Amino acid sequence: MYNLIGAGLIVIGAGIGLGQIGGKAMEGIARQPEAAGKISTNMIIIAALLEGLAFGALFLGK
Amino acid sequence: MKNKATKYRHIFAILVLAFLTTFVSYANTDPQEGGIVDTKSEVEAYILHHIKDSHDFSLFSYSDSEGERHHFGFPLPVIVKTSQGIVTFMSSAFHHDDNGHVLVEKEGLNLVKLHGKIYELSQGAQEVAFDEAHHPINATQTLDLSITKSVMGILMIGLLLLLAFSSLARQYRTKQVPTGFGRVLEPLVIYVRDEIARPNIGEKKYRKFTGYLLTVFFFIWSLNLVGLTPLGFNVTGQLAVTAALAVLTLVIYTASGNKDYWLHILWMPGVPYLLRPVLAIIELAGALVIKPFSLLVRLFANISAGHIVVMSLIAIMFTLRETLGVVGATSLSFVLSFFITLIEVLVAFLQAYIFTMLSALFIGMAVAEHDHH
Repeated sequence: MYNLIGAGLIVIGAGIGLGQIGGKAMEGIARQPEAAGKISTNMIIIAALLEGLAFGALFLGK
Repeated sequence: MKNKATKYRHIFAILVLAFLTTFVSYANTDPQEGGIVDTKSEVEAYILHHIKDSHDFSLFSYSDSEGERHHFGFPLPVIVKTSQGIVTFMSSAFHHDDNGHVLVEKEGLNLVKLHGKIYELSQGAQEVAFDEAHHPINATQTLDLSITKSVMGILMIGLLLLLAFSSLARQYRTKQVPTGFGRVLEPLVIYVRDEIARPNIGEKKYRKFTGYLLTVFFFIWSLNLVGLTPLGFNVTGQLAVTAALAVLTLVIYTASGNKDYWLHILWMPGVPYLLRPVLAIIELAGALVIKPFSLLVRLFANISAGHIVVMSLIAIMFTLRETLGVVGATSLSFVLSFFITLIEVLVAFLQAYIFTMLSALFIGMAVAEHDHH
């Protein structure tokens, strides 16, 4: 029961984080379309780091 | 122009056929009709069994009208180190038993398979005995060196990659532009070199590490893709495999770390002296534990979760058969699993890309040269 609540909290946190990353990256690309490649590469790296954290927490809480 | 369109139509037809085969071979795992079976728990058991590694290669199985189970596939060699030395036999000796009922007698030892692990019964015992927590009490686990399904997948993909890339490499001796399958591989190799290795490691040192990054990229990508076929491999969803890959990256960036890298970890310049030991602990944990751990858990969790989602959606056709009818449940399951499988094809690439990219990033951090002001 508690681990399910924990999993829900993790997903909420990861969702907020991914939203922030994606949203800011989109804003950045809209401001500077010529930097789109660099921005999206960095976006994927940061999203991957966040995902690693979230998966780690899910994995430990299982 | 017309010719080209026909060509593409053929490719499309092959893709659809391949997908339908997946569908049919999963569908064949239908629990036996008529008997009182809890479909949901059977589906769950099947998915969990698929996620794990196994000692035999089985495509599908079904029960006939007499309730007898038929398996399609082939056995793989079992190699275990017991108290009497190394013992080898084919996994067919267990007759698909996974609950410790079938005894295999080798070198005066009784071996049983229990939940995918091979145990050695203690002297004189003819049956596995369990304690309350369902742990065997009269059997010890053996050191398993078997050619399991995952090991077979790794060997197969390794051989294929070796053939593909050695033929590509051989072509450059005689010509500038490769022909045939090499034309597909060349842009991918250049992509990994120019978009992953070069910007992250730096112009001076990237050549040394490109070989490792290319190997890891194609290894993970092709195994991810093989995992989506009906062959039932789940190699990159095994913790042991991803852990080994992460440890390789760890060894490479730790061994190639220069003076500046270690200085920044152990005695961070530009920070008050009192803080430096604290930072050293955090940086050491980050470099030796957290970085490889995040690499291994990310790949494992993404691929396993993908497999579970695809198989659960395919299982809709059994679990919702009563509520939606056969046609309704099957079409719902088809549509959902079709699109999720397409997303999984993207994830297969993305995870290989991220693993390679982060490996390159970590290596780049370790070999970066700092100019001191």
